[in-house]
Order: sequence, then C-alpha cells, then structure tokens
Amino acid sequence: MDFLRLPKKDLITFAVFSVVVLTMPIWLQPFGAAYPGLMQKFVIFAILAVGFNILFGLTGYLSFGHAAFLGVGSYTAVWSFKLLTMDAIPALIFAVVMGGVFALAIGYVSLRRSGIYFSILTLAFAQMSYNLAYSVLTPITNGETALQLARTDPRIIDGLFGEAGAGLPSPSLLGANLNGFEAFYLCAVVLLVSFFIAQKIFVSPFGMMLRAIKSNQTRMSYTGFNTRPYALAAFVISGMYAGLAGGLLAITDPLAGAERMQWTASGEIVLMTILGGVGTMIGPVIGAWLIKYLENIFSAFNEGTLHRVFSFLPDGVEEWVVLIASKFVGEGWHLTLGLVFMLVVIFLPGGIMEGVRRLRAAFPSGSSARRNRRNELNPSAAE
Amino acid sequence: MDAILAQLLNGLDKGGAYALIALGLTLVFGTLGVVNFAHGALFMLGAFCAVAFRAFITMETVTIDETQLSPWGSPLEVRTPMAEQWFGEWGAVMVDYSVPISILVAIPVMLLIGIAMERGLIKHFYKRTHAEQILVTFGLAIVLQELVKTFFGPNPWPQPVPADFRGAADVGAWIGLQAGAVTYPLWRLVYLLFSVVVIGAVFAFLRFTTFGMVVRAGMADRETVGLLGINIDRRFTIMFGIAAVVAGLAGVMYTPLLPPNYHLGMDFLVLSFVVVVVGGMGSLPGAVAAGFLLGILQSFASMTQVKALIPGIDQIIIYLVAVIILLVMPRGLLGRRGVMEG
Repeated sequence: MDFLRLPKKDLITFAVFSVVVLTMPIWLQPFGAAYPGLMQKFVIFAILAVGFNILFGLTGYLSFGHAAFLGVGSYTAVWSFKLLTMDAIPALIFAVVMGGVFALAIGYVSLRRSGIYFSILTLAFAQMSYNLAYSVLTPITNGETALQLARTDPRIIDGLFGEAGAGLPSPSLLGANLNGFEAFYLCAVVLLVSFFIAQKIFVSPFGMMLRAIKSNQTRMSYTGFNTRPYALAAFVISGMYAGLAGGLLAITDPLAGAERMQWTASGEIVLMTILGGVGTMIGPVIGAWLIKYLENIFSAFNEGTLHRVFSFLPDGVEEWVVLIASKFVGEGWHLTLGLVFMLVVIFLPGGIMEGVRRLRAAFPSGSSARRNRRNELNPSAAE
Repeated sequence: MDAILAQLLNGLDKGGAYALIALGLTLVFGTLGVVNFAHGALFMLGAFCAVAFRAFITMETVTIDETQLSPWGSPLEVRTPMAEQWFGEWGAVMVDYSVPISILVAIPVMLLIGIAMERGLIKHFYKRTHAEQILVTFGLAIVLQELVKTFFGPNPWPQPVPADFRGAADVGAWIGLQAGAVTYPLWRLVYLLFSVVVIGAVFAFLRFTTFGMVVRAGMADRETVGLLGINIDRRFTIMFGIAAVVAGLAGVMYTPLLPPNYHLGMDFLVLSFVVVVVGGMGSLPGAVAAGFLLGILQSFASMTQVKALIPGIDQIIIYLVAVIILLVMPRGLLGRRGVMEG
C-alpha cells in the first residue's frame, strides 16, 4: 500500500476533507443547499477546480480554454450512453480518456509558447472547438439543440442484457439507478479519489518539478531539464480532470451542449481557482463551492425577496436600496460575479486561503505563534 | 476574378474593425505593458455611445394638434423627436445621421472612460504579473458588459445607415469592370475608409508630433525617457485614453453593420487578441496588417466554393492561422525581438 502514503499533515487534510464532503447533505441543510442537484454541482466543479489548479497552481500556466475539455468529456459520456450502455463507469473512462487526448493535442501545440501567448493559444483552441461544435460537427454534437438521449439509440451492451424498458433510460451504476443522492455520492467518491491523487501529485517529485517550472523555467532548463514534457504532463492531467468533471455532469443530467465550452465558462473555472487560492490544495474547492452557492442564491433572488429582506428600512430608503440591489441579483448575478472577481484579484490575489493566512498572522494562536517565534529566532527556517 | 474582388472587399471592412481594436490593444501593451482583456468592452461601450445618443435625440414629445384629425376622428397626436424640436429641419438630418454624429459624443466620453480606467485600475497593476493583469481586466470586462446589460437590456439595438449611404456602390464600374459586376454596400465602404483614416491619424500622431515622438521613445525605453525628466506616465495615460477612443470609434461606426448588444465586446475581443498575436505583440504595423489579413482570410473562407472543399473552415480559419503562425513564426508577423519572451 505504498501508493497510499502521504505526509501526516496531508492525511489529516484528506480525512477532514472526506468527512466534510460526505456529510454535505447534513451540514448544508441550514444553508438551504442540501438538495442533490446543487450538491452534485458543488462536487463536480470542485473536481474541475482541483484539476485546473494542478496546471495553474503548480506550473503557473494560465489556460483560458479549460471549458473545452469539460465539453469534450460531456459529449463523450453522452455518446457512451447512446452507443454502449447507460452504465456510468465506461462513460467516465471514455470521458477521461477523451479529455486527456484533447489536452495532449492542444497542450502539445500551446505549450511551445508561455505566458500570455499560452493563454491566448488555449483561448483560441477552446473557441475553435466551440465554433466547430456549433457548426460543422453538428452530426456529433447536435449543435444548438444539445446532444440528448433518445429511445432509438443502439446501446449495444445494454441490448445484450435485455429489452429496453418504456421511456428514456437513465444513467446507472452496475445496475443500480443513479438518481439524486446516489449520483451525488458517486460524484463525491470520485472527488475524494481525484483530491487524493492531486495531493499525491503536490508532494511528489513530479509536483516539485512543476513548481520549479513556475518559479524559474530558465534556470530549470539550464540545469539540464527539458521542461516541456513536465508541463505537458500537467496539462494533460488537468485536462483529464476536466473531462472527468464533464462526464459526471453528463451522468447527473444526460445532456451535453456546446455552451459548456464557451470561453466565459473557462473564465469561471479560473475564477473559482483564484477566489479560493491558487496553488493551495483546499482553496480551489472552496472557491468552486462558494461560486456555485452564491450563483444559486443570487440568481434566485427577485424584487419580492429583496423587499422582504430590506423591509426593516424606512419606506423611501427601502425603495432605493431594493432598486440598487436588484441590479446585482437574479439576471444581474454576473455583475456581482465580475465585481467579486475584480476585488479578489486587486486586494487578495492569493484568494480566500491567503485571507485565512493573514487573519492567522494577525491573531496568532497557540501553535502558529510558537512557529512564528521559532522563525524569528532562526530566520533561515522560515521558508 | 469578380468574385475574388468582391470577397477581398468583404474582408476589408471586417478587417478594418479588427485592425482598429488590435491597434488599441497594441498601443496599450506597447506603452503600459498591460494586457487589457477589457479592450473589447471599450469597443462595445463605443457602440453604445451611438445607441444612447440616438435614443436621446429621438426622445419624443407628444403634442395634440386640434386642427388635424386622425383617421378615427380624434385629434391627431403629433410626435416630434427632441432634435427636431430644438433644431427644426436640421433635427431631422441629425436623426438621420445619428451614427456619424455620435462620433463627436464618443470621443470625449471614451477619452474620459479610458483615462478613468487607467488611473483607477490599470495603474495599480503595472508591477503585477501578466496573469493578474489578464484576470483583473477580464473581471472589469464582465462588469462593464453587465452594466450595459442592466441599462440597455439583453437585446441588440439596430442602428440605421444614413439615407444617403444606403444601397450599394458599383465598385466594379469604378475600376473599369463591367457595370454591376462587383457591387458593395456603401456603408461598408465608408467603414473601410473610416478605419484607414483613423489608423492613418494614429500613425501620423505618433510619427509627426512631439508628443508622439516622446511616446515612441518611452515605448522603446521607458526608464531613460523618465530619467530625462519627462513625465512619461502622464503621456502613457493619455495614450490609454487614445486607445480607448480608437476602440470606441470603431464601435460607433460598426453599429449599422451589426446591431450592438452587451456581449459584442467579448465576441470581438477574442478575435482581436488573436490578431495582435498574429501581428506580433507590441508591433503597431503588425496589428494593422494582421487585422486586414485575417479579415480577408475569413471572408474568403466563407465562400461557398471553399466551404464545399473544407466544411466549417469559415468558423475556425482565424484560429487556425493564428496557431500556424505562432508555431512557425513565434514572434508573429512583425513582432519585435524581446517582447514578451522567456
């Protein structure tokens, strides 16, 4: 069981994280978010953010085209449902593989350049896939109508085991139906596995190599390392994570549309990672949860709810407050999102995790205070 | 031959828009060293200057004219646009020409927006990494487009072409071909000329004025110019404003060709970045050349004959060219050595 070994600190993180994820249906209740549809999103986008962080957090390469892999994963999974079987396992395997294949192709080209060129190249590729999905590839992607299941699909493997029932089949796992909470727990287990793998990558020599690319690529190549294979490996891994997330999205809702690949979707992935904290293990997950939660809350608000919220204010004031606040909720949720994004980048580039760190530094308690004292005595140990 | 000429012209006006946006992007990048993802939003804001101006001058006042009767017998309601109320006959012309006239509104507005943006936000990001510059301007772009959406709604706002410029020009006849062989919508021709004039003006400004000379010197070596006692930062701020004006004007004049809506900027931004990269980061002639080149390529790719040969090529040609150019000529067509490398 050597591959399960992790530093003690990481194991504790993993254990706490597992408990938090698996008990989601309980602790989300007070927030009114404990219904399966939303929790599935929480978990799936967490996978996406963790995967993106392997690329952006470790190597510093900012990809603006990750949504393409998400879309590819979704399409692949739905095709697996249509052609082979409604079982989730082959769908996920194919989604991961296709995500990886696409990432290999795009990464091989894009990684020849770095910095802003890399961002624009990935953006161009994602936009290209999006345009293709809408136009020429309509036989595969079904264009604007989005790819859906149909009664008449062949489903070869399922056909071997018996007649299809009436109505549309739904995704299953080894014969068990995947509805609501079952699908959530499947996604949660997948998240835990991917989180663990990401932790392994972070502490592995390979992860070390990726960090070296971020801090000084030139020095790295002068030392005699060819950095590109490492960066490419990171790109492919994070593409596979995105493919996996896309596959899971298709499992929870067997429908794949091209808008998942649009570059605003890529921007949202970046935003989740930044908001939580780039390069930290837990940050991107928190960022994904926060954004999906706020999106859910804010877009559900309307003027009626606002009037109730601000009903304690005097009448004239209330009108104004509601008028202004209504611009930021419901349809205007993206405005709030953009503002939050700007504020985070301006004031807290390290995201929420840096905020936590700063708070800890401001109010030293117990162990961290001791560590600080030790660092003062021995500055070289500070890093 | 005729078909080729027609496609060439078709590509040029779109290329003009790309070139104008890419020119502004390059100016900002070359002077301030900032990658501005909100530049497309400036294009969109310019377009909405035209929309707002027209909406303002056509605000109607209703007067009831007792002497005339409407077909069903009640006194006739006469609606007069605000411009006609103020300027009489000239008002009608003004409404007709609202798009070109709104240029006069757009110039000061865009200049102010540009300067405010630079002083308020971009200034604080000179020392940050390119990734952070991209991210913060990306956020700003979202905010700007959502603000426009709250005021103008999600639907496109069609703007009319002035009556004198409707219809098509017989370009074929002008150059000695058979009459009617190559016709071209008049306003597109106007747009092409307009973009050439604006591009020429920017280049002339940089080339022939003292201000432009200092700015060029600052682009080459900011520190030395600063050491010579010139306040280069202030000049760069003004250049940012000018870049905003160029993008805004491109947007104003483009409104009759494409009804603007709030995500117009984002649609053009991705393409303009590709244009900048193809032209070579930091090279002004490169940006202009690549803008026209990609516009023309795109229009050729949407010919039926070409599409029959390679289906879907019209959707991806620009990106495809960008990828190939970046792989073959990593600095772009006319990129300078040492810009954004390493």
